[in-house]
Amino acid sequence: MKILESKSIVKNFGKVRALDGVNLEIKKGEVYGFIGPNGAGKTTTIRILLGILKADEGSASIFGMDVWSDAVEIHKKVAYVPGEVNLWPNLTGGEVIDLFTSLRGKINVEKRDDLIRRFNLDPTKKCRTYSKGNRQKVALIAAFASDAELFILDEPTSGLDPLMEQEFHKCIDEAKKAGKSILLSSHILSEVEKLCDKVSIIKDGKIIESGVLKEMKHLTVTNIYAETKSKVTGVNKLKGVHIFEAKDDGYSLQVDNEVLPDIIKKISDFDVIKIESYPPTLEELFMKHYENVEVD
Amino acid sequence: MNKNLFKGTFDLIKLLAKRNILSISIWLVSIVSITVVVLGAFTGLYSSEEEMFAMAETMRNPAMTAMVGPSEGLDNYHVGAQMSHQMLLFTGIAIAVMAILIVTKNTRADEEDGLIEMIRSLPVGRLSVSLAINKLMSTVFILLFIVVAISMYLTGLENITLEGSILYGAALGMIGIFFASLTLVFAQLTENSRGTIAYSFAFLMLAYFIRAIGDVSNEMLALISPLGLILRTHPFVLDNWWPILVMFVASVLLFVLALYLNSIRDLGSGFIPSKPGKKTASKFLRRPIGLYLRLQRTSIIAWFITMFLLGVSYGSIFGDLEQFILSNEMIQQMVSQDSNFTLNEQFMTVLMLVMSMMATIPAVIFVLKIRSEEKKKRIENILSKSVSRNELLFSNLIISLVLGFLMLITSALGLYSASSAVMDDPILLSTIIKASIVYYPAMLIMIGFALFLNGIFERATPLVWLYIVYSFLVSYLGDLLQIPEAIMKTTPFGNIPNYPVEEVNVLNLVLMVLVASLLIVIGFITYNKRDIKE
Ligand SMILES: Nc1ncnc2c1ncn2[C@@H]1O[C@H](COP(=O)(O)OP(=O)(O)O)[C@@H](O)[C@H]1O
Ligand SMILES: [Mg+2]
Repeated sequence: MKILESKSIVKNFGKVRALDGVNLEIKKGEVYGFIGPNGAGKTTTIRILLGILKADEGSASIFGMDVWSDAVEIHKKVAYVPGEVNLWPNLTGGEVIDLFTSLRGKINVEKRDDLIRRFNLDPTKKCRTYSKGNRQKVALIAAFASDAELFILDEPTSGLDPLMEQEFHKCIDEAKKAGKSILLSSHILSEVEKLCDKVSIIKDGKIIESGVLKEMKHLTVTNIYAETKSKVTGVNKLKGVHIFEAKDDGYSLQVDNEVLPDIIKKISDFDVIKIESYPPTLEELFMKHYENVEVD
Repeated sequence: MNKNLFKGTFDLIKLLAKRNILSISIWLVSIVSITVVVLGAFTGLYSSEEEMFAMAETMRNPAMTAMVGPSEGLDNYHVGAQMSHQMLLFTGIAIAVMAILIVTKNTRADEEDGLIEMIRSLPVGRLSVSLAINKLMSTVFILLFIVVAISMYLTGLENITLEGSILYGAALGMIGIFFASLTLVFAQLTENSRGTIAYSFAFLMLAYFIRAIGDVSNEMLALISPLGLILRTHPFVLDNWWPILVMFVASVLLFVLALYLNSIRDLGSGFIPSKPGKKTASKFLRRPIGLYLRLQRTSIIAWFITMFLLGVSYGSIFGDLEQFILSNEMIQQMVSQDSNFTLNEQFMTVLMLVMSMMATIPAVIFVLKIRSEEKKKRIENILSKSVSRNELLFSNLIISLVLGFLMLITSALGLYSASSAVMDDPILLSTIIKASIVYYPAMLIMIGFALFLNGIFERATPLVWLYIVYSFLVSYLGDLLQIPEAIMKTTPFGNIPNYPVEEVNVLNLVLMVLVASLLIVIGFITYNKRDIKE
């Protein structure tokens, strides 16, 4: 069953075309990743889906209703967490959580108190005193305490510390088990990889890829940094190696995950002193990899 | 005390001076120029002794005393006496506000922002910041004292004596030094800058009201208030110096107290813990209307007080109105002489016009809360929930409509309470209320215009303020400058009859309500069609 569908949404801000035909489709129970570098159009898309902005062209629906004209009805079952949470400085976190949940429907007191405990938030403090992370917690608690069917989360972890990020991941898992659908926008590839069933990748207002992330081979690359006793030779010519740079003390590489074991084996021939691997950032992928693909 | 506690103070003073030079200069220049300009204005005000005497008589009522202070010099109400009677208190309050704001900004606010932590990590003593701000503020206020004294004396006006000028400047400077020390104490006690400002302003308000009550009824009570005390200097009239001395001792004691509190507390902490807020929201705070009332609670109360006091201060003039009007050419031109109505009633219509325009300001502020929330990016919080744009807009509109109406009533009540106290033959309450609420349709048009702009072309919304200012100018100065009737009618206020002097044309008022409704409806329709700005 389709929960959310958008067809060729176009949005212009003056002369700037922010969205240029965005198509999305989320089925019930899916955790859907929406990734793209900063300025790609994620927030704009989401604000259109929420009926806060009006699309210039195209159409979008949630639960089969039009996102603009039926916004109020739709929002009864949608929980939204913005990337930049702006709260009222002289209300307390607790007051805001209650306000948000009651503007949507009923307050589930137990669930709310449990989440406040899990996210380690002091609800008696005024929002003025909250850091970015704490403001995000307020919005997350209000969202997960609701009985929404669809969660729309716009880069919700950008201010959370690792411990809280884990708590957030648990919340996503629980929601998923309860059969809820989730649209998670992010520019962190590893987060989306961990949480999402499907992804759409947006760049410059266009969806350039959609599907299951693991199947997008060209996106699954790893960065390696290695220091060796002897000079590394012959690796840069191997298949699946995208970047090979000699640095002062070692080498930087970017390789396809498919060939990762082979490459590591090969490098170890040169007496490894130190080897580190880390996932590429989305920006890196777009900067380096896509250039190559387009040239091909 | 350990000398290291104050290490680096001199460098800090230079730093603080550099950071605050602009705001301090603006404050100083404004205060000095207002003093000199008003002094000049008072000089040309009355052409004869009789006129001066008449003016003094209008000042001799309790409402006036409560507002501006004790009336020591009324028997010979020369320029100097007028300055110390009508200007000293208000200038002093402005200086107190300056001291509170600047001291808070450079102490508790900087501490909150972590700036003091940076400074403390340098070889700087623990009490240096407190000492530095105190020295800076003292220097500033001594400078103010000197400049005020010299510039007043240099006007060379009769009765502006050397001693009076020096005392006037000293009184102003002393208020500044006192409130700077006081704020420094609150900066130690409270945990955040809002607390510091809140406690300091609460003290200032309390000082004002205790003085008001004391000035009217009990001299001793007035002396408890630093403002009451400083007014007892009566520059140019009695030239008392002892209040300056008392204030100086009090300031030093407060400053020592601040240093002591500073020395026994941790950085970032205070003594009055910021009390924990509510853990859950009240029933009230569950729909937008409750939210917006709650957010504007303080400002709503402040506006009610302002409107009431405005009414009271205008009402208190009625006491010796005839004399006052005879003595004032400007007012005479505004009030036409040939009619069956008493001067009191004619004068009232002028006051009603001004008060209704004042009441329109909060009404428009309240309805435009929707826009200020949009600019602060907080509308998204509400619209992403199950709330329609109509409900959102309606919540703000209803607050504005109801409170705007109540503001009119409040100012009318203020006018009535003061005027009935000072008049032998008071104007009826019903007349005053009616004269006030005939302006409601004009207020509605302004509210409608605000919503209209907010919907159709959000960025042009400030035009409504321009229109209000224009209305002020045209209506207030219209009679004075003999502006043609047609131009007067270009403002909604110009179309309202001056009840009871003029007949109320109901059809006309209904028409205005219709125009306002149309603007509001267009405001709703267009708001429903547009993007919410980021
Ligand atoms: N209100 C606006 N006015 C003008 N340009 C905008 C506005 N909102 C977004 N944009 C532009 O649209 C593009 C997409 O922005 P956004 O959706 O915020 O990206 P993302 O959320 O993916 O980082 C950016 O180029 C941004 O500058
Ligand atoms: Mg974004």
